[in-house]
Amino acid sequence: MNSPLVVLNDVSFQYESQETPALNHISMEVYEGEWLAIVGHNGSGKSTLARLLNGLQFPKEGTINVAGITLSEDSIWEIRKQIGMVFQNPDNQFVGTTVQDDVAFGLENNGVSVEIMSDRVVDALKKVNMDSFLDQEPHHLSGGQKQRVAIAGVLALRPSIIILDEATSMLDPRGRGEVIETIMNLQKEEKITVISITHDLEEASKANRIIVMNQGEIYREGTPEEIFEMDEELVKLGLDIPFSVKISKKLREKGISLDRHYLTEEELVAELWTSHSKM
Amino acid sequence: MMEKMIIGRYVPADSILHRMDPRSKLIIVFLFVCVIFLANNIWTYGILVLYTFLMASFSKIQARFLIGGLKPVLWLVLFTFFLHLFLTKEGAIILDLGWFKVYEEGLRQGIFISLRFFLLILITSLLTLTTTPIEITDGLERLLGPLKKVKFPVHELALMMSIALRFIPTLMQETDKIIKAQTARGVEYTSGPIKDRLKAVVPLLIPLFISSFKRAEELAVAMEARGYKGGEGRTKYRQLSWAVADTLMIVGLLFVTILLLVFRG
Ligand SMILES: Nc1ncnc2c1ncn2[C@@H]1O[C@H](COP(=O)(O)OP(=O)(O)O)[C@@H](O)[C@H]1O
Ligand SMILES: [Mg+2]
Repeated sequence: MNSPLVVLNDVSFQYESQETPALNHISMEVYEGEWLAIVGHNGSGKSTLARLLNGLQFPKEGTINVAGITLSEDSIWEIRKQIGMVFQNPDNQFVGTTVQDDVAFGLENNGVSVEIMSDRVVDALKKVNMDSFLDQEPHHLSGGQKQRVAIAGVLALRPSIIILDEATSMLDPRGRGEVIETIMNLQKEEKITVISITHDLEEASKANRIIVMNQGEIYREGTPEEIFEMDEELVKLGLDIPFSVKISKKLREKGISLDRHYLTEEELVAELWTSHSKM
Repeated sequence: MMEKMIIGRYVPADSILHRMDPRSKLIIVFLFVCVIFLANNIWTYGILVLYTFLMASFSKIQARFLIGGLKPVLWLVLFTFFLHLFLTKEGAIILDLGWFKVYEEGLRQGIFISLRFFLLILITSLLTLTTTPIEITDGLERLLGPLKKVKFPVHELALMMSIALRFIPTLMQETDKIIKAQTARGVEYTSGPIKDRLKAVVPLLIPLFISSFKRAEELAVAMEARGYKGGEGRTKYRQLSWAVADTLMIVGLLFVTILLLVFRG
């Protein structure tokens, strides 16, 4: 793996109105160019973690380091240039009256000059395949399209990291597919480090690495294969195992030998329809 | 449909008025509102009518759009007319029905004041018909820019306006959804006694309010995450460009003003 881009060192955080800490002594690293999925039940502290990374909240204890900059009141604007965030609700993060205005919003905030701005807007929209919707108004777009515009808004700022906090959870299957495909492209083509927060394990299965959170702590960390080995344990943590993983497990229980857990339906289908010839 | 009513009725077209800078259009409307009070006889009103119709023809907007937009306020114009007709008791009597007399001055005032009203509405509709709401916002922000020196929150107001414009259709869609959901639960919006119908609005407004607050909070966080830290040091994506035509249009109105000063009685 590459060098760590984000380092959290013994970070704790507690909301003032809360009895228990939302994050409890978290230490972790995010490596350059990877796709890290963070999964966990509702209220396990995933969003809080994302907010801390972006300086929307400050840790009670511990330090956060992003691209060599230590997070503090003074460095948040520098850090926000490095980290882009996409949130859950497609409507509530769309600021501009049209697609291009919205993508330009972050650039305007950073005082980017007009000449550079229009190129960057079109460029960013091309990367998410929304460049034919420049003048479209948000209420004429689907949820998936709005989320892709939100991603473009982040990309226009040329960040090194993009955090998606349940960015697909309010979308229909088609919109979700579009967004996930966009993320995959960004990681591959643009070499952007992706942190995707989700409780959809199907989505997490496409990541390079998964961190499982439970009650404000890191419960387990590993590759998707390793994490899916946990099986029933995941269900106990309030997570839903993807259909393909369930099937391959059941098949194995019936004595049908499969090489491993199949994470995506395509993989499983491919294995199944070629399995006869292997016997 | 409701959406159209609220955020103005911009009609896209390629006309001189459409291409003008929103700033010059705003200045012209503002000047027009002032100079219309100079008119006080048939000549000066004639000049204003000519000017307004010339502008309307510049806009290349079909008459039916213009008339359609004027319809809801037409009764106000008529009301003004009759109010003056009935209440002004000066000059010679030109109609005597015994219990009701129409005076010459009443008729004159009635016609002039309602005409003034009508022209004002026509000119402002020309502005909203040829300028998108966001252009108007940008224009206002730039025109009011100097007020920043006296700590007037120009940028914040403009941002508020543009966010309101952005969210009106979203909230409309949401209202629609809630109405459907409540109707499915048996709430009557379109029939029954007025009292019940008014009561039915409460279960509509409360969810709308709650969701608006949630939206506002999330939007604020999203804006901050995207580097928004107030108007300071911010650039503008939408640029306004002042052309020769804009200056000429303003000069045109100044010329009309001079004519008004010359011909007023
Ligand atoms: N703004 C807030 N104020 C107080 N408590 C909060 C706030 N946001 C989240 N919490 C609490 O912090 C804990 C972690 O929440 P969160 O980070 O949103 O979890 P997740 O994103 O994994 O669902 C939860 O117990 C939640 O109730
Ligand atoms: Mg969350």
